[in-house]
Amino acid sequence: MTRPAAIGVDVGSTTWKAVVLDASGDVLDRIVEIGNPRIEEQTTKNLAVLKERTGAATDIPVGATGYGRKRVAASRVLTEITCHAKGAFRVMRSAGILIDIGGQDSKIIHVEPDGRVRDFAMNDKCAAGTGRFLEVILGRLHVSFDDAPALAARSMRSVAVSSTCTVFAESEVISLVAQGESVEGIVAGLHASLASRIASLAGKFANGTSIWMSGGVALNSVMVDAISKAMGANVRVLPEPQFVGALGAALSVLP
Amino acid sequence: MITRRIQYEIAGNVVGPFLTSLDKWRKKLRPKKKGPKKEHPFGPPLESVNRLKDIMTRYYFQGRYADGAVPVAWVTSGFPVEIFRPLGFWTVYPENHAAICSVQRVVPELSDVVEKEGYARDLCGYARADIGSVMTGKTPVGRLPKPDLLACCTNICQTVLYWYRALAEHFKIPLVLIDTPYVYGEAPEHHRQYVKDQLLELLEVAQKITGKTIEPEALAEVTRKANIGSKLWGRCLDASKNKPAPWTGFDEFFHMAPIVSLRGSDECNDYYRGLAEELEDRVKRGVGGLKKETHRLMWDNLPIWFNVRGMSDLLAQNGFNFVCTTYTNAWYEAGKVIDERDPMGSAAKAYTHIILNEDLPKRLSLMKRLAREYDVVGAVLHSDRSCKPYSIGQYDLKDRLQAEANIRVMVLEADHADPRAFSAEQADNRLTAFMESFA
Repeated sequence: MTRPAAIGVDVGSTTWKAVVLDASGDVLDRIVEIGNPRIEEQTTKNLAVLKERTGAATDIPVGATGYGRKRVAASRVLTEITCHAKGAFRVMRSAGILIDIGGQDSKIIHVEPDGRVRDFAMNDKCAAGTGRFLEVILGRLHVSFDDAPALAARSMRSVAVSSTCTVFAESEVISLVAQGESVEGIVAGLHASLASRIASLAGKFANGTSIWMSGGVALNSVMVDAISKAMGANVRVLPEPQFVGALGAALSVLP
Repeated sequence: MITRRIQYEIAGNVVGPFLTSLDKWRKKLRPKKKGPKKEHPFGPPLESVNRLKDIMTRYYFQGRYADGAVPVAWVTSGFPVEIFRPLGFWTVYPENHAAICSVQRVVPELSDVVEKEGYARDLCGYARADIGSVMTGKTPVGRLPKPDLLACCTNICQTVLYWYRALAEHFKIPLVLIDTPYVYGEAPEHHRQYVKDQLLELLEVAQKITGKTIEPEALAEVTRKANIGSKLWGRCLDASKNKPAPWTGFDEFFHMAPIVSLRGSDECNDYYRGLAEELEDRVKRGVGGLKKETHRLMWDNLPIWFNVRGMSDLLAQNGFNFVCTTYTNAWYEAGKVIDERDPMGSAAKAYTHIILNEDLPKRLSLMKRLAREYDVVGAVLHSDRSCKPYSIGQYDLKDRLQAEANIRVMVLEADHADPRAFSAEQADNRLTAFMESFA
């Protein structure tokens, strides 16, 4: 087995992710878990597991990113904007527009041909257009995050959900349910609503540049299709999209 | 009236200065902290800070006793205040006071009171803080003198009209409005005449309230002083064209208090003369606002008053300095236009051409000029929930600045007064990502 050279930890608002890289930047091992509010505890435990599984040295450099990054004893701490760009560039080796829908933030990052961040746009202070929007509304409909894509795909008709404000959308969805609209149709409508919000954030960047997607929501094929449709361009999901931020964090400390 | 006048004079000339020197002695006598000094990224503090504190402490302290002693006017920040000075008015700037409320983090408490009265939280945080302070009598400055006259100018926003109408109803006193038509390109002659006519009407009202007649020489003199003061303020700002800048944009926000509140007075001009000399001396000696200035930025819009310290630390630790701001620059741009040879006509022109009353091409051109003259690599545009006129168009300005000034630009969503409309973690994250993008 190749020798581990760096670890990247991405403590997101919803999930905890980490990757171990070898000296050439290839991924040797990874962990993804639901985020624990006791960040230090979860990080210590998982880093020990990764080090043991890969035989990494105790003093292997660790890069940290994500909302909980400051709680990680790391040799370098960077925001997820920089890390997602680094991770995406490592995979794509070209300029592009990266969409990452996180639990707390949605980010649109314009990656330059040399891998640097040229510009970025994020949702406003509220949770409109973020993963939290989906989570809250799906919870109200008693639909799990994993079941949502299949349910939306089954829908014969997408029900228009006009608001991406999590609070307003929740009450809108309650009204739609009361009007007898199907859960499948509402779930499809939620996807379209979020996609339209993302497209409006990304719109001004997307002038012929390739569009990529990272983060957990990228595993939802219906959402990827909805965003492609809203943007009028094919959105390419990066390999192992959940680990792109952690990959960037690890690359930032790779000797 | 006479007793009150004596109180007022003693407060301004005896007790005020005594309190400020007492404060200095207290600081001197305070036992020095033991142990190693904490490392920080800032250059040595400006000596002028002490004088600034003296002036503003005295201003607010004497202001407590102004009503009943001298005529009092409450005015908006962009009001042609020069007209009031020769008539002996004490002027209160509710916006400046609200900024103090914001720094002291009492805006939510004051806002709660006015929200219960039916004012929306979407209303400007300054207006909510001010009306809340009037309704409750609570203020971090001890007491604000009751006004005899309210004077507002719509060159900064239309909100002031409704805000001052609420104050007029509360105090049952006259409100004078100076309406400045929005400027596309250059204000046409008939717009300037329209504003000048209103200034002449204002003069009538102010003279009637005080029972005094304004002498043309006195008006020319105060106009001359205001012009000099604005140019001195401009000289202070200009110092940051040097590298490293001798102070930070956050310093500028606090040092602008006299040019807003005391414009047209000797005290104001003496202060800025001293500050300019200190800054120029720092430039000569290569002393910066930051120990190590690596990146120079521009700031647009009002500061996030309640978070100035947090943001200032975050940026300074990474070597980033706001070397120019469109906000502090506004008091230079307008004041330098007023002219003692034509006090009313020049005031009509100056106060119509205020950044917030000008179209986006004008703002873009100003920002491009500042970016070039101060040699900045990026800009942060504060999308201020409380100040819509300043925030509208910022996304277009961002795109145009990036393309035409070739600098990196980010929009930061926050509020100038109310911490409830601000997410510290998100703002910190966006600013950090912005700084990382320069790596």
